[in-house]
Amino acid sequence: MNAAVEFQSVSRHYGPVRAVDAVDLVIEEGSFFAMLGPSGSGKTTCLRLISGFEKPTAGIVRIFGEDMGEVPPNRRHVNTVFQDYALFPHMSVRDNVAYGLMVAGVGRQARHARAEEMLALVKLDGFGDRKPAQLSGGQRQRVALARALVNEPRVLLLDEPLGALDLKLREAMQDELKSLQQRLGITFVFVTHDQGEALSMADRVAVFNEGRVAQVGTPAEIYERPATRFVADFVGSSNVLPPDLTAAVGGPRAWASLRPEAIAIAPAGRLGGVVTGARYLGAGTRLSVRAGALPASNGHRTDGGPTDAPRYLEQGESEIAVLVPAGVAVPEIGAEVGLDWEAAALHVMEGEA
Amino acid sequence: MRSDARAPLGLTIGAILGLAFLHLPILLIFLYAFTTEDRSYQFPPPGLTTKWFAVAWNRADIWPPLYLSLRVAAISSAVALVLGTLCAAAMARAKFFGRDTVSLLVVLPIALPGIITGMSLRSAFAIGDIPFSTFTIVLGHATFCIVIVYNNAVARFRRLGASMLEASADLGANSFQTFWHVILPNLGSALLAGGMLAFALSFDEVIVTTFTAGQQSTLPIWMLNELVRPRQRPVTNVVAIVVFVATFLPILAAYYLTRGGEETAGGGK
Amino acid sequence: MSGAAHPARGAGDRLTAVFWSRPKLLTLLLLLPPLLWLGVVYIGSLVALLIQSFYSIDEFSGLVVPEFTLKTYGELLIPSNADVILRTVAMAAAVTLAAVVVAFPVAFFAARYAKGRWKAVFYLGIMLPLWSSYLVKVYAWKLILAKEGIITWAAEGIGAGNVLNAVLAIPVIGGNSLSTSYIGTFLVFLYVWLPYMILPMQAALERVPTSMLEASADLGAGGWRTFRSVILPLAAPGVIAGSIFTFSLTLGDYIIPQIVGSSRFFLGQAVYSLQGTAGNIPLAAAFAVVPIAIMLVYLTVARKMGAFDAI
Repeated sequence: MNAAVEFQSVSRHYGPVRAVDAVDLVIEEGSFFAMLGPSGSGKTTCLRLISGFEKPTAGIVRIFGEDMGEVPPNRRHVNTVFQDYALFPHMSVRDNVAYGLMVAGVGRQARHARAEEMLALVKLDGFGDRKPAQLSGGQRQRVALARALVNEPRVLLLDEPLGALDLKLREAMQDELKSLQQRLGITFVFVTHDQGEALSMADRVAVFNEGRVAQVGTPAEIYERPATRFVADFVGSSNVLPPDLTAAVGGPRAWASLRPEAIAIAPAGRLGGVVTGARYLGAGTRLSVRAGALPASNGHRTDGGPTDAPRYLEQGESEIAVLVPAGVAVPEIGAEVGLDWEAAALHVMEGEA
Repeated sequence: MRSDARAPLGLTIGAILGLAFLHLPILLIFLYAFTTEDRSYQFPPPGLTTKWFAVAWNRADIWPPLYLSLRVAAISSAVALVLGTLCAAAMARAKFFGRDTVSLLVVLPIALPGIITGMSLRSAFAIGDIPFSTFTIVLGHATFCIVIVYNNAVARFRRLGASMLEASADLGANSFQTFWHVILPNLGSALLAGGMLAFALSFDEVIVTTFTAGQQSTLPIWMLNELVRPRQRPVTNVVAIVVFVATFLPILAAYYLTRGGEETAGGGK
Repeated sequence: MSGAAHPARGAGDRLTAVFWSRPKLLTLLLLLPPLLWLGVVYIGSLVALLIQSFYSIDEFSGLVVPEFTLKTYGELLIPSNADVILRTVAMAAAVTLAAVVVAFPVAFFAARYAKGRWKAVFYLGIMLPLWSSYLVKVYAWKLILAKEGIITWAAEGIGAGNVLNAVLAIPVIGGNSLSTSYIGTFLVFLYVWLPYMILPMQAALERVPTSMLEASADLGAGGWRTFRSVILPLAAPGVIAGSIFTFSLTLGDYIIPQIVGSSRFFLGQAVYSLQGTAGNIPLAAAFAVVPIAIMLVYLTVARKMGAFDAI
């Protein structure tokens, strides 16, 4: 498969601030690619490096193999849906959508006809005569989408596309964006700080942290096999086990992650502890269990499997989050519980030395 | 003392007296334009007449200063529009070294008393042996009008935001297309307001003008001469009304043009 | 539809690419015309003013001698010229103090109590006199203060004619009529520059949080205590900002004392008549440097007191 966008050790420094630091990245053609990270992690700067609003201080950005070093934003075959939509307030919706065609010199009738097609594509037929101020947030976003697609970009960039919408609208738009991308077959690159959004929409996800790419992979890989402590914690708040604890529960002496939903409450388990908190989430209850609160009893097991009684840590303590699915009895706060999981659920993170 | 409570009586009276002090004198000019007494400023006027408007209309010495004032105000506000907008655009683009110096330089001609601007220009004309002309008047007027346009444009640029200009570039527009299709339409009313305020300021200006006009007479200079050596006092009153209206209307229009912005800006109050 | 980039179409696209790769270039190009204008016309003129002030005039030929000398500045110190400067500074100070007193109730009311429609009324009520024709405003006062004008009429109407005469009989500030006395000059200055004091004062007062006033009242402070110990200190930056305007504008004005007042010169009149009929541009320039120097001192002091946050 061809690379739609390629970063070759790209950096963007502002004086001492390393907004983007030596990033290597390949975005394959036709993929739905998410750049995920907390604010200030460099994901938005990377998006702006693709659109051309930022220039790398080092490295090369390629789009379909072409070096973009000397190509200004207006000549790139890339379009953007801006976070605040950036619709032109003085133009009608139709003129907004037709703007890219107008500056390209397409005649009035042809561009208006095309604008209507695009509006139909985003289900806004008949809204052409309105001004952006007369639209709801969700409608404005569709206009921004139609406007960005009218030039038939080969890569569509979306900057926090759903950030300004309320929850219900956001979920509907997720499905729509996904199906739109599949229909058009072009590359979508979107920036988000919402891991749920990234995992549910994207084919591939790059997780950013402090100007660097912490991990790139499919949503399942990112979620189930996080490469670093940061990824494990940021994507779905996984339990991060320090090397001692990993070793104590039968793994190698290395950092490991363990998903809260992979842990079951059992009378006997790989680890024991005391319930210190519970948060009801609807689909389940998230328990905080302080493991290692009691002295070790029972002899150590050698195979790493369940024993008859809970086993406690010999030194230190660790807060372990456990997701108890709805319908399963939730232990009370202060109760002593055992924690158990499939051996495969414990994931050793290669990215952590 | 709560702000939603009623104001103390003393304060209310003070505020009303203060506002009255600001407005009553102007109303008096309107009354005096209709007086039948033309040798003194007698109050109350012994009688009322509208004949002075006709007399003023037929006075040949009023028209050339009026034309000169209009010409100077038109050219000066046009120059100020271009220079003030360019300056505001540069300031809106990015932080750069010397930014504060630039904004100080723009404000200085209006921050220092007019006599300094006037005397400075007069000194420069004397050193450079530059003869007085419409051009020398415009030099002074355009200089202190730049800040008026600049202030209006800067505020609007701030409201316009960077992402709209980026969106235009993103959709394929080059810098000139972005200026024409996005910046200018959004800046339009602010520039119109700034231009009208500049026009009013220039039309009314007298202090700098007396230093840069030489023997030429703008309408304010004509009026000043009439004040020092009165001939037909009611005619001067009529001209005063004309000058007042010619500055008042653009200012009121400018207020309504930029009011939306003021309201959004003060929306948090 | 293939390829990652469009080719450049025409000069506009090519220039855009240049601006994009060198963003500072466009900023510089935008700044160049206004900076050239302000630099050459304005700063150039200020420099010319300074240069002229160091020239002198030949007493016999009346021609300007373009050689550096401090003689002209020395002339400022002779009693008749020093009097002009002192008189002007005294007037500027009096006008500034009076403006603070008159402006306060208007600014305080507009900032604290005016709501909705009244807010707009106050805004326009202050902005319109500020912007309306300077000369017309001065002229209006010539009508008001004339011996046969409305004030004399009103004073006699309420039987206070002798009070007015008593005021006019005060030595120095009195005179034949209000329009030929310092009192008259003072009133017109006060009127014309008043909005310049109200606006920054109002801005400063609007920034005083209501909660702070309530806190003061809760602590048992009466209206007057609250006013003196809370409101006044917080309004101070606005007062200083406004005083910069009233002081500087009074220093530099020559129209008002020429139209309303005694025949004794103010600084601006000295500058105007020296450069005009007297043809002594060097001394006129030296006189014009005086308000610049005074304002520089004033601004330095004001800056130290944090006045510039309120402008």
